[in-house]
Amino acid sequence: MALVREFELRAIEERRGGLIPGFIHSCVGQEATAVAACAALSQQDVITSTHRGHGHLLGKGGDPKFMMAELAARSSGYCLGRGGSLHIADFDLGILGANGIVGGGFPIATGAALAFQMRQEQRVALTFFGDGAINEGTFHESANLAGLWKLPVIFFCENNLYGEGTPQHKQAPIADLARRADGYGFPGVIVDGNDAIAVYEATKEAHRRALAGEGPTLIEAKTYRFRGHYEGDPQIYRKPGELEAWQARDPVPAFRTRLLATDLFDEEKLAEIEASVQAELDEAVAFAASAPIPVAEEALQGIYAETHEGLVF
Amino acid sequence: MREISYSEAIREAMNEEMRRDSGVFLMGEDVAVFGGVWGVSVGMLAEFGEERVRDTPISEAAIIGAGLGAAMVGMRPIVEIMFGDFLMCGGDQIVNQVAKARFMSGGKARVPLTLRVTSGAPGSAAAQHSQSPESWFMNVPGIKIVAPSTPADAKGLLKTAVRGADPVLFFEHKMLYGETGPVPEDTDFTVPFGQASVVREGSDVTVIAVSVMVKKALAAADLLAAEGISVEVVDPRTLVPLDKETLIQSVAQTSRVIIAHEAHRRSGPGAEIAAMLAEEAVEYLDGPVIRIGAKNVPLPYSPVLEKFVLPGTEDIVAAARSLLQP
Repeated sequence: MALVREFELRAIEERRGGLIPGFIHSCVGQEATAVAACAALSQQDVITSTHRGHGHLLGKGGDPKFMMAELAARSSGYCLGRGGSLHIADFDLGILGANGIVGGGFPIATGAALAFQMRQEQRVALTFFGDGAINEGTFHESANLAGLWKLPVIFFCENNLYGEGTPQHKQAPIADLARRADGYGFPGVIVDGNDAIAVYEATKEAHRRALAGEGPTLIEAKTYRFRGHYEGDPQIYRKPGELEAWQARDPVPAFRTRLLATDLFDEEKLAEIEASVQAELDEAVAFAASAPIPVAEEALQGIYAETHEGLVF
Repeated sequence: MREISYSEAIREAMNEEMRRDSGVFLMGEDVAVFGGVWGVSVGMLAEFGEERVRDTPISEAAIIGAGLGAAMVGMRPIVEIMFGDFLMCGGDQIVNQVAKARFMSGGKARVPLTLRVTSGAPGSAAAQHSQSPESWFMNVPGIKIVAPSTPADAKGLLKTAVRGADPVLFFEHKMLYGETGPVPEDTDFTVPFGQASVVREGSDVTVIAVSVMVKKALAAADLLAAEGISVEVVDPRTLVPLDKETLIQSVAQTSRVIIAHEAHRRSGPGAEIAAMLAEEAVEYLDGPVIRIGAKNVPLPYSPVLEKFVLPGTEDIVAAARSLLQP
């Protein structure tokens, strides 16, 4: 979680500094949902992510160096500089891709889960999405299909109360989006998205259900994003006092406090972790800044497996 | 060589590929129990079972996107879309997801997905059930577009599509399903992409014909032969990749060209082919490149209206005469 927080803050800085040409949709404030949900998955499970996906990607095992290099549009990035923040993918890590289309990931995760079921593999697909995406037709179609076929999918909604610049209550007639699962024949569970342990436990249970052949679960994690929809967003749409109220429940210090209450961590240990996070990010930025810039002709590569002697162009 | 129908040829291709590779499966609306509304998948449920031949809900976006997701984790899905018109129900998944997944991921995503789709007007099916959508997707890099006109081509091209590593939009014309023709029995018979077929040799004018218009071009060629006009008919078979060389070679010999497709004339496949010829074959041309397609209006229900809108054999004949008898 500390890594995600610092990655986002550092990426924001680097965007301002010019290393990163594209838009950043940061997940500051949503570290618990991203990290804790991924923590409940195993290496062979897969996720689809969103435009606000850095936390998901790091949580699933993404390396900050290759992520930062991708944001910096370098050939050493996860997508060789061709995708950017919105399209980071790594199939070895089970990351089927972030997505620039709101709601674009639902069917993809559903299809991966279908493949796992067909091959009788003990694997689960988790699709991250927000309170905006749940109103896209693809949610309905995918939830229906997954519910009908009892596919091993976890529909993980990060309800941060805003879909782009419009509040959730102006995008749907209900506030508890987990209720929608009822229409598809599977459970909907509401969880405090700023409580990492609660998120972990809910996802673990959904994972168990999926592997047991019991079908999908919709988890609605109530959370909040501290920064704009994108970096530079004037955010005129927030209710006064709302941000401050949620910042008082910042998931990162909350989890830190929780760790200190255990026997396993003390201030010294945590300071070590935080220092190593900073070091990791320093390394990531240095890696990105010195990574090669793609050569123009690379734009013609990797579109097809077979180009038929260039006839596809 | 035995003769089978276009529809049987497609079924044979699917059966052979499903027997050959357990990762191949078919899903779509009414493909299993019903055997496909066009009868193409009859018998497949009995042979392969309901895990591999799946009836889906009416949810094109989910079906197409699920095909993508399954492909990404190692399957080789064949997704059937009942009418090409319905592709738009899953438009984002095709255009923004399927076509771009490999590129956006830096070449890492695997998308061996075949979208089998019907195209064309079956007669009084009206505006939302009669379209030929090939060119809508020609403008989207990342997906291959195939439109066979014969049973052998349908079988060979479908096998290539299923065995290939790239996503394919495979357009089966509804009015061709019943057409019969010789089809090789070799289970490894495939037709490569990017290879046009000279269906009929001729010397006075080239007709580049797409899908059902191949038949109409051949009929026109017979009529024109009686007038002393020798027509060469070339079928591109795949629109992306497009075999430019064969098309240009034909035009170099005849110096006159007509492009015929059932898709609307404006920005149909012919527009791309005509522009390509204007750029790369202009020195061979003795006259304008003529495009024949449906009029730029939605396809009507009434048979009289529909006939007026759709391109026919007589349009090809008239075009050839205009080029040769000015």
